[in-house]
Amino acid sequence: MSRFTTAFQPGRSALVCFVTGGDPTPDATPAILDALVEGGADVIELGMPFTDPMADGPAIQKANLRSLAAGTRTANLFAIATGFRARHPNVPLVLMGYANPMTIRGADWFAAECTKAGVDGVICVDIPPEEDPELGPALREKGISLIRLATPTTDAARLPAVLEGSSGFLYYVSVAGITGLQQAAQASIEEAVARLKAATDIPVAVGFGVRTPEQAADIAKVADGVVVGSAIIDIIAEEGAASPAKVRDFVRSLRTAMDAVSKEKSA
Amino acid sequence: MTRTNSYRTQPDDRGHFGQFGGRYVAETLMPLVLDLEKEYRKAKADPAFHAEFDDLLEHYVGRPSPLYFAPRLTEELGGAQIWFKRDELNHTGAHKINNCIGQILLAIRMGKTRIIAETGAGQHGVATATVCARFGLPCVVYMGATDVARQAPNVFRMKLLGAEVVPVTSGAATLKDAMNEALRDWVANVHDTFYIIGTAAGPHPYPELVRDFQSVIGKEARAQMMARTGRLPDLLVAAIGGGSNAIGLFHPFLDDPSVKMLGVEAAGHGLDKEHAASLAGGRPGILHGNKTYLLQDEDGQITEGHSISAGLDYPGIGPEHSWLKEIGRVDYTSVTDTEALDGFQLLCRTEGIIPALEPSHAIAAVAKVAPTMRKDEIILVNLCGRGDKDIFSVAEHLGVKL
Repeated sequence: MSRFTTAFQPGRSALVCFVTGGDPTPDATPAILDALVEGGADVIELGMPFTDPMADGPAIQKANLRSLAAGTRTANLFAIATGFRARHPNVPLVLMGYANPMTIRGADWFAAECTKAGVDGVICVDIPPEEDPELGPALREKGISLIRLATPTTDAARLPAVLEGSSGFLYYVSVAGITGLQQAAQASIEEAVARLKAATDIPVAVGFGVRTPEQAADIAKVADGVVVGSAIIDIIAEEGAASPAKVRDFVRSLRTAMDAVSKEKSA
Repeated sequence: MTRTNSYRTQPDDRGHFGQFGGRYVAETLMPLVLDLEKEYRKAKADPAFHAEFDDLLEHYVGRPSPLYFAPRLTEELGGAQIWFKRDELNHTGAHKINNCIGQILLAIRMGKTRIIAETGAGQHGVATATVCARFGLPCVVYMGATDVARQAPNVFRMKLLGAEVVPVTSGAATLKDAMNEALRDWVANVHDTFYIIGTAAGPHPYPELVRDFQSVIGKEARAQMMARTGRLPDLLVAAIGGGSNAIGLFHPFLDDPSVKMLGVEAAGHGLDKEHAASLAGGRPGILHGNKTYLLQDEDGQITEGHSISAGLDYPGIGPEHSWLKEIGRVDYTSVTDTEALDGFQLLCRTEGIIPALEPSHAIAAVAKVAPTMRKDEIILVNLCGRGDKDIFSVAEHLGVKL
């Protein structure tokens, strides 16, 4: 919790950056994560590759396949997380992925590995609140945040169930769809964030389809955090192991644009 | 409310069959899945829904399908009497249409105006395209690019019926990838789109509703067998990919203790090589909205299924089968590609029926078990599809050039 509290400051929107672990290779990931932090990322989401990423668009699907083709195993992911924690003691690290790789050895095993590796939170795409016993209790027992997703289809009746047992931050998926394709209208994002903020005290980060500094800045005006994934993955797809410098510069452009509006807001 | 000592009251109100089943979907889909369940409960209690379903099954699909005693096959195997439930005689040539009729009526009830489906061999795609043409709804069928190339006649059939066939190139470009892509479409079009899932799997309530629609097979067979022989069969046999034809046959008999049941998975090149036998060679995991037996590695990465029958090469199985295996009510076995080809030819030769490669697996299992049973015992096999679609791949495997 404490690392999330540091990352999400009042009057300043946090930049949450996603990359798929092991893309293009497990050895290349640490330098890419470092580039995210150097560029100004406040929270790192490390994707656990899965053969069947049902909620992801083409960019992240391909990143998953590149990672698995490079031989990435779950053990590599935890090694990457452990190394990151040693180099960056204060930056929150979230594992994001699908239920099967997370639960296959048992939720208790997974939660224990997260603790050992210094992981702060977990986002599991395909465990909705209705199936919480599959993973939630094991994580909460170890003090690891379960970060839930809220979507445009999460109505007022469902929202309390989504918030129950979630912590760290709430990830608002701004479009009903898959990652990386279209972006929601700013007005609908503002309305949704206001609705969510009225229902919870935990920070609300907005993602899906955020690709440019301008979009990130617009969302930073209203949300506690902005999530960017596919646009970074596209750089990695193009540059491979040589991507860290470009990733750092791109993340810096996002952070700079967000800082400009955050300052406006706090001034 | 719940009857004890019944195997027919599953799933529970959270969609679980014991530890299996459930609703493991992205949050975007969750409200829709809950809505579907609510609407299905209403439909299930509505006599008008059943009347329309029954009417279409009778006059459009051609039900009831015959129950047929196979004298020459029985004689050749020299053991138990072998009877077939002839679901291969349905409109579109397989059991798939039963489920599609039920689901499209549900879609119309819910005011949905667009239908999507996944397909492997193309049978479910053809059945879905058929009901969409019948009801005038646009239809998009996701099909792995590998399967599009392998199943050209079914691709053409779907197009003739007005469906758009989208080749899926992600992953291994087969059935599980087609299902991923259908889920991606659904999540982006939740407001107007109904997803007709082809087997008794996926998030609750799909395994339940597909089973209910396919249970017409077992209900008819049970009544026909009683009328013809005055008794229940001793053994039911059905092939299993996702398991919809098997659960449709088995479910109405689950509380008849004298009736044994055998589900037949595809052992492909052999259980120690490439195969599609999720129960024999997999273990429980979570994929495509449900917890069930899956082919996977130790990290939970899904591995590709293989079978000579494109309709069976899915790395999972419906969750109710996982439960029935675990509690021991149903036995499961598997047969190889080669054994299935032998079963295929055996039925052609002895009964003048060309079966699909899927039920050829059931026939191969019967060829092993019938000789061990008494002549007064009865085996009932679900002949869930006809073999027209398979003659090209059978010819290829037999080394015949067409």
